[in-house]
Amino acid sequence: MLGEGILKGLGETARNFAGSFVSADRLTTVQYPEERIAPIEATRDFPFLVYDGDDWEAGLRCVACQICEKECPPKCIYIVKSTDKKPDALGKPQIYPARFDIDISVCMSCQICVEVCPFEAIKMDTEFELSTTDRFGGLLYDRKELAKSNEHYHKIHPTEAAEVDARLAEEKTKAEAKAKAAAAKAAAPKPAAPAPVAAKPAAAPAESEKQG
Amino acid sequence: MIENLDQIFVILAHWVVSFLPAWLQPYVMILLGVVGIIVTFPALFAITVLLERKGLGRMQNRYGPNRVGPYGIFQPVADGIKSLTKEDIVPLSADAVVHFLAPVFLVVVVFMGYAVIPIGRNMTLVNIDAGLFFFFAIGASTELSVFMAGWSSRNKYSLLGAMRAVAQMISYEIPLLMSAVAIVMMTGSLSLNKIVEQQNQYTYGLPHWNIFTPWGLAAFILFAIAATAETNRSPFDLPEGESELVAGYFTEYSGFKFALFFLGEYVGMLGISGIGTTLFLGGYSAPLQILGFVPSWLWFFAKIMLSMCVFIWVRGTLPRLRQDQLMNFAWKFVLPLSLLNLIVAAAWRFIGEGPLRWVVCSGILLIVYVLMGRVGMKREHFGPRSYRYAE
Repeated sequence: MLGEGILKGLGETARNFAGSFVSADRLTTVQYPEERIAPIEATRDFPFLVYDGDDWEAGLRCVACQICEKECPPKCIYIVKSTDKKPDALGKPQIYPARFDIDISVCMSCQICVEVCPFEAIKMDTEFELSTTDRFGGLLYDRKELAKSNEHYHKIHPTEAAEVDARLAEEKTKAEAKAKAAAAKAAAPKPAAPAPVAAKPAAAPAESEKQG
Repeated sequence: MIENLDQIFVILAHWVVSFLPAWLQPYVMILLGVVGIIVTFPALFAITVLLERKGLGRMQNRYGPNRVGPYGIFQPVADGIKSLTKEDIVPLSADAVVHFLAPVFLVVVVFMGYAVIPIGRNMTLVNIDAGLFFFFAIGASTELSVFMAGWSSRNKYSLLGAMRAVAQMISYEIPLLMSAVAIVMMTGSLSLNKIVEQQNQYTYGLPHWNIFTPWGLAAFILFAIAATAETNRSPFDLPEGESELVAGYFTEYSGFKFALFFLGEYVGMLGISGIGTTLFLGGYSAPLQILGFVPSWLWFFAKIMLSMCVFIWVRGTLPRLRQDQLMNFAWKFVLPLSLLNLIVAAAWRFIGEGPLRWVVCSGILLIVYVLMGRVGMKREHFGPRSYRYAE
């Protein structure tokens, strides 16, 4: 009969209306500022710079190779290389970023900078409450604001961070082994020849340096 | 005491007026009534908007607004402040005068309708003999303001919305009037006070409301459908269908003019609920004789708020009609049924007292309803859709 469907529909909405008062699990809305749900592990929004140890300036993994700056599709990264060198986490003298700025109002969270970084120095953060009263300066982050510890990285992306740490440790042991072998060789007949082999991990930044 | 409470506003108004010279008294009396209406109904509008947003939220398993004040009850205040402080933009190519006049005209016209509605016992602002006629005449002029808004905005969406609105309102004006005519036939008067007085009688403690007769029920349902269409409410909200026409005829309105349109729409809904209550639900009379001690105006407001809740419920349930469905429904279903209802009402009058008229009248209405539902509203099947492409 005509109108039957309307009555059924009215019944359905009435049931939902009444049900929303009776059972709380019908209301799926999370009342955000008071209630929060933990973000899923793959959450990402804007990049940050990882540092090891306690001192952010000394422990920064970034060697200012500028690959991320070149790869960034919206060009929101700005890097100025240092003129001097500082020992990095492995104790090797490296160039470091004198300036590293990311304009997060331009960043599109594509994660390409993270994927191209050969030093695991830039990773994606999960911080999303970034509102500021200054729409230009407040969203342009310098390296101090971008630097976050490896512990923070472990906290937000535990699985990924563990993999990265394992990889870095492996590289470190390899480099150490190579350095040892080179040292052993160097101690024997010829001192100068194997030096470039030992400098292998630093090869990538060196090349990009030439390009830049 | 009970009688005093029932007549409290009347007594108060007389008391205020008694301080004034005699020649001024009738004017001040009217002014007080106007102020009362202009204060009360926007307040009800605010309550309705809140109810609507909360109710629709609950129907969709959401909370609805709950940020401003406890349970979000101050949301209408926040909305009002927001719309007052917003920039009022008038398009450069718009007809500025008409663009300004349209919302003002709508609100004025909508409030004028309240002049004749009996809000309580002895609480009709202007008790004229042709009250019902006046209400429909005034109510029909909202179409003019809608078209003024659509035309003066110089925007294709506004104009399309206004065209739809005018087509729809004129189509549904007829069944709206026809269903009300049945009541006029039975009461023998166009005076809304007389219509209420006639319903305000009880047998065995039950009221003589028009809705409790076959023709009254049919007329009420038809009236409700036509009133929903007349006030551009969902599922007949084509003139402002936001998925098709941005916002319909008030696309180019912002700030307080937009708020005036919003106010006009809801106050119009309250007004048409008021007239529906008066015609079918016994106006200010109590639903049971033993509840007669409750003030009459309270019953009136309870009834119109109840019908607003039904409006909200329907809005939460039904999807929007298509333009051709809308027109088919008006001309092929609602109008013939409302014409038939006039005949049924006449039959009811002439068969005379007894169970026979109940059987005959409800029988005719039911059979015709079912037949028209089967035949008239049958979905047409055009077969599989075929496409022709340009060579």
